[in-house]
Amino acid sequence: MLEFWLFVLATAGIYTIFSLGLLVQFGIAGLPNFGNGAFMAISAYAMAISVVNGLPMWAAAPVGIGAAVLFGLLLAIPTVRLRSDYLAVATIAAGEIVRYLALNLQELTGGAAGTVNLLGPGIAADYNSSWLRFQSGVRGLISNLVGQRVPSDVAFIAILWPVALLLLAAVWYMVRSPWGRTLRAIREDETAVAALGKDVFAYKLQAFSVGAALAGVAGLFFAWQVSSFSPDDFRPTLTFYAFVIVILGGKTNVWAVPVGAVLFAGIFAGTRFLDFWPLSVFASGDRAYLRLVLVGLGLIVLVIWRPQGIFGNRREDALET
Amino acid sequence: MLDQLLQLVFNGLVTGSIFAIGAIGASLVWGVLRIGNFAHGDYMALGAFTTFTANVLLGLPLVVSALLGVAATSLFAVLAHQLVLKPMRGRGLTSVFIVTVGLAFVIRNTLFLVFGSGARRFDIDQAEVYVVGPIRMSPGQAITIVCALIAIGLVGWLLSSTNIGRSMRAVAENSDLAAVTGVDTDGLATITWLITGALAGLAGICLGLVQGTFDASFGAYTLFLIFTAVVLGGIGSAYGALGGGLALGLVMEVSTWDGFAGGLDPRYKLILAFIALILMLLVRPEGLFGKARIV
Repeated sequence: MLEFWLFVLATAGIYTIFSLGLLVQFGIAGLPNFGNGAFMAISAYAMAISVVNGLPMWAAAPVGIGAAVLFGLLLAIPTVRLRSDYLAVATIAAGEIVRYLALNLQELTGGAAGTVNLLGPGIAADYNSSWLRFQSGVRGLISNLVGQRVPSDVAFIAILWPVALLLLAAVWYMVRSPWGRTLRAIREDETAVAALGKDVFAYKLQAFSVGAALAGVAGLFFAWQVSSFSPDDFRPTLTFYAFVIVILGGKTNVWAVPVGAVLFAGIFAGTRFLDFWPLSVFASGDRAYLRLVLVGLGLIVLVIWRPQGIFGNRREDALET
Repeated sequence: MLDQLLQLVFNGLVTGSIFAIGAIGASLVWGVLRIGNFAHGDYMALGAFTTFTANVLLGLPLVVSALLGVAATSLFAVLAHQLVLKPMRGRGLTSVFIVTVGLAFVIRNTLFLVFGSGARRFDIDQAEVYVVGPIRMSPGQAITIVCALIAIGLVGWLLSSTNIGRSMRAVAENSDLAAVTGVDTDGLATITWLITGALAGLAGICLGLVQGTFDASFGAYTLFLIFTAVVLGGIGSAYGALGGGLALGLVMEVSTWDGFAGGLDPRYKLILAFIALILMLLVRPEGLFGKARIV
């Protein structure tokens, strides 16, 4: 049972940070970016490639986030002016381009086999050892504090969640600031905001970059949590999950994001770890499909009958865009 | 090398017709009903798997099974419209798109639950090859060509010579004006889905025949190529989707011809198609052949 909750908390923390980015882009600024998973991928790859090529971890992490923001700008500059359904399709396509490039540029990324092949086949590449050293340091610290040896996942969560809470507070502050208000106004009526002399395009770029940076942070933690990752970890479904989490809590509701993430991770892990009726009817391999059917049904039901999410307020969060 | 080019042109026309059959429906719902349907690829898979059920599990002849598959997908599309998409009318493009994402999840993973993740095939002799001059074609390719001609002929007749087709084009052009002049938009939406579902089902069956084997996600893999064909031809234009589909199929196959400096590495075909999709959305959302209008 402990293993279950540790898994839920670790997954939910990463999803919280990732979904926060989507909340800024989609909820606040009205930019449905369905390719946000690609920024996670770019950050994870940029960090891993830098480390393997000799950069220390603390320097490689900002490189990862920077790469995600850079790609975010590259994608946003031409696309943020698009009608929203065109933007949705264009961003999924961009995300898929990133994934296919990562699959095919084997010399750079290790290809389908994943980052274990970063230095070419036959040599096991490792980007993670300094992170694991840091994590086991934290683990020792906590173990001393509580007086017994804790699992290493506890250390991971103890690093991840303070970062997530810090970012939550930062986004909460940003959303309430004049900057956030301007973005909301842009979402509601772009022309009116432009008429007030605001640079709508610049604001949209900023919102997009913030989202990309947050996806970048999520990508780093994801990469650190697993010891090797591959392009298939960043399928479009990853971003759809974040949409579910954001819509679940109400699309502008910052503090509902971690609740949605824990709920989502709980359902996800529940179909993996738990084994009681009616789950026991399905073979463990089939449960992955079952939970995706449930995710799909949940998304449909939410958007049609409760578009403001569980905690959202009807007036602002009702997904009328 | 010329023989290789002819073969590639033929293959391109075959995949192009599949893209075209799929894209006509996707373009109609996007243009007429303003739904960018993310589940369209999964409608294709649904067509293939209902046909598979009739053909392999029940042992019916392929033609009968295919007709059943087309009918089932068509009915499903109407059902999904009535239950899920119609309540979303007037709710904004993103919300509708997200609902179709949910729909895609439900269809794809239900198919996986029912049929498993193994590769499936229709009851047809895959090893057989027809040789026509320099061109070698599989039975699946031959069937696809015949189906494409019939389907495209029917749709062309429907759009150009019937009242339904005229109303549909009118709504795609200007839905408010069409509604004011007495077009029954409700009934039209149902008919649009009926046609779109049938075409998507047919496209899925043909794709399954040409590929040989398929699993529940094979339609989803094709979705963005279908979207590319839609956008190339101009969203809402059935003839555009036809042209866009054929052009995309031809370009993707012929680009690998040895005559072009050794040919493009096939691994990059998809990436090129996606770049074309994004560029078209940015620069000419009215399509290669369409006239500019405010969308």
